[in-house]
Amino acid sequence: MSKLVLRRLDRNNEEMLINFGPQHPSTHGVLNFLVETDGEVMRRAIPDIGYLHRSLEKIGEMVQYPGYMPYTDRIDYLAAMFANEGYAIAVERLLKIEVPKRAQYLRAISCELNRITSHLVSIGTMATDIGAVTPLVYALRERELLNDLLEALCGARLTYNYHRIGGVAFDMPEGWRDKVLAYLDRLDSSIQEWDRLISTNEIYRKRLGGVAVISRAQAIDYGLSGPNLRGSGVDWDLRRDVPYGAYPDFSFEVPVGCGWAGVVGDCYDRYYVRVLEMAQSSRIIRQALEKMPDGELTAKVSRKPKPEAGEVQSRIESARGELAYYLVSDGTERPYRLRARTGSFMAMGIIEDISPGLMVADLVALIASLDVVAPETDR
Amino acid sequence: MAQFSFAFPKPGTKKLLVGATLGAALAIPALLAGLLVFLVPMVNKPLLDAFIREKLGHVPATWVGTQWVYAAALFLAGIAMFTFAAITGGIFSWYERRVAARIQSRIGPNRVGVAGFLQWIADAVKLLFKEDLVPGEADAMLFRAAPYFVVAGMTLVLVALPAGQAIVVADLDVGIFYILAVTSFIVVGILLSGWSSNSKWSLFGAIRATAQVVSYEVPAGLAILVPVLMAGTLSTQGLIRAQGGWPWEWFFFRNPAAAVAFFILFISQLAEGNRTPFDLAEAESELVAGYFSEYSGFRFALYFLVEWANLWIIGAVATTLFLGGWQIPGVSAQTWASVRGAGSFPAFGWWALQFVSLGIFAVKTLFLVNVVIWIRWTLPRIRIDQMMNLCWKYLVPAGFAAMLFTLVWQMVATWAPIVEKITALVVFAATVWVTWRFLQQTRKNVSLIAHERVDLSNW
Repeated sequence: MSKLVLRRLDRNNEEMLINFGPQHPSTHGVLNFLVETDGEVMRRAIPDIGYLHRSLEKIGEMVQYPGYMPYTDRIDYLAAMFANEGYAIAVERLLKIEVPKRAQYLRAISCELNRITSHLVSIGTMATDIGAVTPLVYALRERELLNDLLEALCGARLTYNYHRIGGVAFDMPEGWRDKVLAYLDRLDSSIQEWDRLISTNEIYRKRLGGVAVISRAQAIDYGLSGPNLRGSGVDWDLRRDVPYGAYPDFSFEVPVGCGWAGVVGDCYDRYYVRVLEMAQSSRIIRQALEKMPDGELTAKVSRKPKPEAGEVQSRIESARGELAYYLVSDGTERPYRLRARTGSFMAMGIIEDISPGLMVADLVALIASLDVVAPETDR
Repeated sequence: MAQFSFAFPKPGTKKLLVGATLGAALAIPALLAGLLVFLVPMVNKPLLDAFIREKLGHVPATWVGTQWVYAAALFLAGIAMFTFAAITGGIFSWYERRVAARIQSRIGPNRVGVAGFLQWIADAVKLLFKEDLVPGEADAMLFRAAPYFVVAGMTLVLVALPAGQAIVVADLDVGIFYILAVTSFIVVGILLSGWSSNSKWSLFGAIRATAQVVSYEVPAGLAILVPVLMAGTLSTQGLIRAQGGWPWEWFFFRNPAAAVAFFILFISQLAEGNRTPFDLAEAESELVAGYFSEYSGFRFALYFLVEWANLWIIGAVATTLFLGGWQIPGVSAQTWASVRGAGSFPAFGWWALQFVSLGIFAVKTLFLVNVVIWIRWTLPRIRIDQMMNLCWKYLVPAGFAAMLFTLVWQMVATWAPIVEKITALVVFAATVWVTWRFLQQTRKNVSLIAHERVDLSNW
């Protein structure tokens, strides 16, 4: 890989080549960027991924269908619920199982709670990368309270392993509903506090506004998805446009970037879309808790499911964009092929083409605004 | 089940610990004040001459030992200033972490001593015991020498920096100019460390720091010219003597341009001290640790010592130039002279008054130090092109305008002194109003966070 990259660099020029990572405070995990700079201005930043590759797709071919669920947690450890749900939906489609309504609602609630924790980390680290350390601690404080709730629901704070093929593992604990509602009240006021704290900060807006603009066409061409795509002004959300699970039952808005601090598709838009999405997630959870139906937690699934030979695809709206699983079954207990398409991997692709002309400090803002997480790029 | 006890200190040792910490917390500032008040006036030549004449019984002009006494006094004063810098730097390092923790709704260091007060000693001891590593590819000599340039730049400033009516090591005629000049030593050290580390990140940080410090010396110099023009002297003590004890006698309030110059100077000092929002040189999220990325142990500690001792310098320079320095309200130059008495040695009241002046100077300086810390933990970092724009497009022209305005203002003030008095009161009233509005807004913001109570019990 590095040989390949070095060949692509022009050896006759005067630029300095810096390894921006893999041990660097703002690369959000073990990522490397080969940065070619002329002083402060970058000529190019080439992402060099693979430091966190754990063969998760290959492992999928070696374990039985239910046994892969804990591994999906590791695909995206900041938003493990989505990876759980995507895999569960794919296997359910393969087995042609109908998920009970209550389980679907619990999935929606757990995923939206997870979306909030993931976005809190994203916007917090973004502020830190821009140089304001304090907002990160505020975001982590809110996230810890939410982690307590998730822990009460599924027993884990990071790798949840909550979803099951055909449903979810546990029902809501007693009194959990009220705690969640109380937390959501707190969150709504926290989001306003967050705006006062950092979103309206002039330096912050100047650092992010108009920086690393990804145009609408570019965003679509490079396969960006989720908040990154919506930050570029594309109104596309799988929860609304390709509905799955319980999402058709809820009404919510899809925030789209509109150049709050400069140009549509700049870092600030991608950042602020996430802030607004947290409020929408809170709205979805409230509706789900209100309409929560009674019923089974899981459909009847054999302990060693053997789906018919065939192939399916599931797409869900993860916190980092579209998370798609492609499963091929050959009629045995193990998948023949498992493939996960993740938002971060797609987002990494655009960095090399957006980076020329940016400053080194802007690269940090660009990485943070794309919300790239190393395990998702490498799997 | 195993019992894990994280309680620290253990109940039995608590009283001793509280006592020890409180003792240290009170003794260290008291020791500092004592050092400053009693050692620093000693470098005053007439006092030393009187000491030789009356206590040692020699004629200073002819006695051989005179030079030795001078040298000993200078040595002691130097030790006093360096100790002062080291200890204030250490205490600030603890204080900043505590304040930062409060700002971030954390507790902060609270293990070593009561409220973690002895944390800075623990950190210093830890760093002294660490290996002093020189990277293999580094230019070893320059790498080792670089921190001393930085420390020299910081300590040399203290020579001309007053802290009380007679508390200044050398009341130079070119005091403030001297301070501007020796501050440049820090740039030399930073550039050396960045270059000699042979690390791309260090070089990046060093180039950034150099560009930043050299640029911001221009607006800082222009802003300093404003009080210099008003006082007609470059001497730091002379600048303070030209101001008065009451707020409306300070330079900050006496001239609208001086208020502008104060903010220009303050911003420039933040930039020169590499403090947020101008901490580009050590921008953690971009450059790992900037120019001191490769340092460890003692040399690393020196950089941090300078960083925190610089806090005092930032506050003290601004206090000297704009906020009336050590001037005690209601105590004029005549009062000082009469309290001192006619004898060779000053009377007791004079010494007491020195303490008061030191206290007033320290309070003003510490207020500014708090503002600097508060800014650091509130604002994001600006980008290098924005930093340069701010300097050359806004601060430098504003500094020139303030200087030219002051030239005209001085003529007006000489022609009709009442104008200066009225302006001072108006600017003072405006400042009070702005402060009041600010506090109101803060209260409103605090009340908006209904779920968060200010809890100071867990210190």
